[in-house]
Amino acid sequence: MEMPAPSTAVISRKDQVVAELQRVLRPDAVISDVAETKAYECDGLTAYRCPPMCAVLPSNTQDVAAVLRICHDMGVPVVPRGSGTSLAGGALPTADCVILGVARMNGVIETNYDDRYIRVQTGRTNLSVTGAVEQDGFFYAPDPSSQLACAIAGNIAMNSGGAHCLKYGVTTNNLLGVTMVLMDGTVVEIGGAHLDAGGLDLLGVICGSEGQLGVVTEATLRILPKPEGARPVLMGYDSSEVAGQVVTDIIKAGVLPVAIEFMDRPCIEATEAFAHAGYPMCEALLIVEVEGSDAEIDHQLALIMDIARKHNPVELREAKDADEAGRIWLGRKSAFGAMGQINDYMCLDGTIPVSSLPFVLKRIGEMSKEFGLDVGNVFHAGDGNMHPLILFDANKPGDLELCEEFGAEILKLCVEVGGCLTGEHGVGIEKRDLMTVQFAPADLEAQMAVKDVFDPRWLLNPAKVFPLASSQTRRAA
Amino acid sequence: MMTPETEDALAQLIKEADGPLRIVGGGTRPIGRSTGAVLRTTGLSGITLYEPGALTIVAQAGTPLAEIETALAAENQRLAFEPMDHRALLGTQGVPTIGGVVAANVSGPRRISVGAARDFMLGVRFVDGAGHIVKNGGRVMKNVTGYDLVRLMTGAYGTLGVLTEVALKVLPDVAAQMTLTLDGLDDATAIAAMSAALSSPYEVTGVAHDPATGKTRFRLEGFESSVTYRAEALGRVLARFGTAAEVDTDWATIRDVTAFADKPGEVWRISVKPSDAAALVAKMDARAVQYDWGGGLIWALSDGGDLRARLGEFNGHATLIRGDVDAPTFQPQAAPLAAISAGLRAKFDPRGILNPGMMT
Repeated sequence: MEMPAPSTAVISRKDQVVAELQRVLRPDAVISDVAETKAYECDGLTAYRCPPMCAVLPSNTQDVAAVLRICHDMGVPVVPRGSGTSLAGGALPTADCVILGVARMNGVIETNYDDRYIRVQTGRTNLSVTGAVEQDGFFYAPDPSSQLACAIAGNIAMNSGGAHCLKYGVTTNNLLGVTMVLMDGTVVEIGGAHLDAGGLDLLGVICGSEGQLGVVTEATLRILPKPEGARPVLMGYDSSEVAGQVVTDIIKAGVLPVAIEFMDRPCIEATEAFAHAGYPMCEALLIVEVEGSDAEIDHQLALIMDIARKHNPVELREAKDADEAGRIWLGRKSAFGAMGQINDYMCLDGTIPVSSLPFVLKRIGEMSKEFGLDVGNVFHAGDGNMHPLILFDANKPGDLELCEEFGAEILKLCVEVGGCLTGEHGVGIEKRDLMTVQFAPADLEAQMAVKDVFDPRWLLNPAKVFPLASSQTRRAA
Repeated sequence: MMTPETEDALAQLIKEADGPLRIVGGGTRPIGRSTGAVLRTTGLSGITLYEPGALTIVAQAGTPLAEIETALAAENQRLAFEPMDHRALLGTQGVPTIGGVVAANVSGPRRISVGAARDFMLGVRFVDGAGHIVKNGGRVMKNVTGYDLVRLMTGAYGTLGVLTEVALKVLPDVAAQMTLTLDGLDDATAIAAMSAALSSPYEVTGVAHDPATGKTRFRLEGFESSVTYRAEALGRVLARFGTAAEVDTDWATIRDVTAFADKPGEVWRISVKPSDAAALVAKMDARAVQYDWGGGLIWALSDGGDLRARLGEFNGHATLIRGDVDAPTFQPQAAPLAAISAGLRAKFDPRGILNPGMMT
């Protein structure tokens, strides 16, 4: 993955930039020592690394505004960073940039149960948002796998999803308002505790803009009352076609599970060896979870089990208690870790129409043979968000490149069948150069026009999302 | 009047336009002021794709809403955001289109539990003010590929581009519905009761209060046994506000604000956080109000003057839906946001020909 050559003019002014930043921030909030900036050299996409020129850790919105004003005036690119868990390289620095980390801004500003929202600083982790309200029976719905570590700032930047979005939606459906700092230091308030926009839906376009339109420092999030209970069932099938049909039939029957998860054989095998969850060895395994009171769950599960039985499952297991529910989820939740035990892996997240599932899985299997790299599939089947995990050996020369090539072919396939490159991880640098597969020049031009308005000089996270050739003239201006 | 029948023809027409265009779907929601040669989208009609098993429908923008609802009903599905029908309230006739629903981000009582049109939008195709055909989003439920222009276009009233095709997420229809009603609560108490219901785990999908009748309504939907169970449980939650009785309710009348349909006066639509609502209503000097969304949405019938001005500074937004008042139709934005909105319009419609002046 190519990154633009850093500006030597900017790097030559490092001392000046650092001095200006130290003037407005606490002494320990500016990190410029070469050894220390290494801590920010990559995010969750660890194959790519580059220490930034310096990093800052502001404490509040005013700090962020001061930092951005300085960088704007001095023409220094800024890369915002939440917790650095991006799998797409969204927080990957360039050698001439300032990393703006929001990690120290992790407070709860207001909790309001009557109006069902919480306002937090965006460095707060996803799970600790729920942590702040769960004793009172509420939760924050979007639940990306990295929720223990990932920050709300990053969730907003990537419009993060999770396992339960079939019912609860993704970040954009749960975000009510933000305080955001524009690249020139202007602080704007968008939305609030009320619903919908009074004018253009600016909140909608900010969510998912990968930190390229502004730095979101505070967020008002919708919180929901916790359901009375939840219970999963596990079902195994001899073919992914049949499992795909089961998913479609469940959805068509009018039941809306909160989660439908899918694992294929390579993934089941790896998971069993690692977590011993007692999964059946079969071609396709589904975990379907429903919510409600005990009686409501019984009713919904009865419908789901009926559908499941009609398709001759090799295994059908309903959780009788919390312990069994935990065991059903155990394998799924440790799937990524299990694959990591076998080898290095690259995790993709293209989305496809649910109806294309069997075809796409078959093609991935064929491509796996062509490329000579193993793939495990574990994903959110209800919404078609795939997560193929391609195994490779980082120490073997050429293997990463081969893996990336394979990954690109899978993503092109997702687009071909009517889907998209990324369902919840974001484009970052990882899928940047594939954007032309999904979008025509006019489509990309319209998106870049939005950045022109928010950040006319293209200083915020400039080398991401858009193919470098497409954004070239804007970045150089 | 221009009624192009293909996206290409529409693009050509916009490219060649030499003056302002007034974009119209079915013409049933004349909200906002716009002048210009009428450009109708009704020539772009028809469902392009419907996959019930994927909860997805794609249709051309001028497709009648009724055609979509009929197709969905045949598969026991629906547009869950419950778009209101403005015809009675605004005294209009015609056939509402899906493009109009999206352009105005129309929703209904269920917005409080499942979201607005914006929350169900998966993809758009549109023609911008320079005549470029642009697509964004797609037809899958999770998609973060590039910027989200889908939501930007939803509720933009055609000022950034003319929608040609929209893709939406749909949801299963429900087997049963029941409405519980409390009587005689004052506004503030009614809002407290509605908040209590919405803070319970019983999945209330409509919560409205009508001060004229003193009725506060709570809608439950789902499988029959589940609705019965939740009605009992919700009754216990509401016990401190009175005895909730089951009363047959036509939610379409709440959705469409039919109570104001035949009455003279301006109609304002105000979105606020529910706990602010009663105090704001006290300042409105309105002839009548109705609360929806647990108090988060106020419909006000007013006898002249700028109702928004009477509210002073408040958190939320007020839109003039019906009537002529010397005030902007949409809530004026703070200067930096107004600059961003104007900047976006200048980019997407450099000649300023798409519904000019509409959203001011």
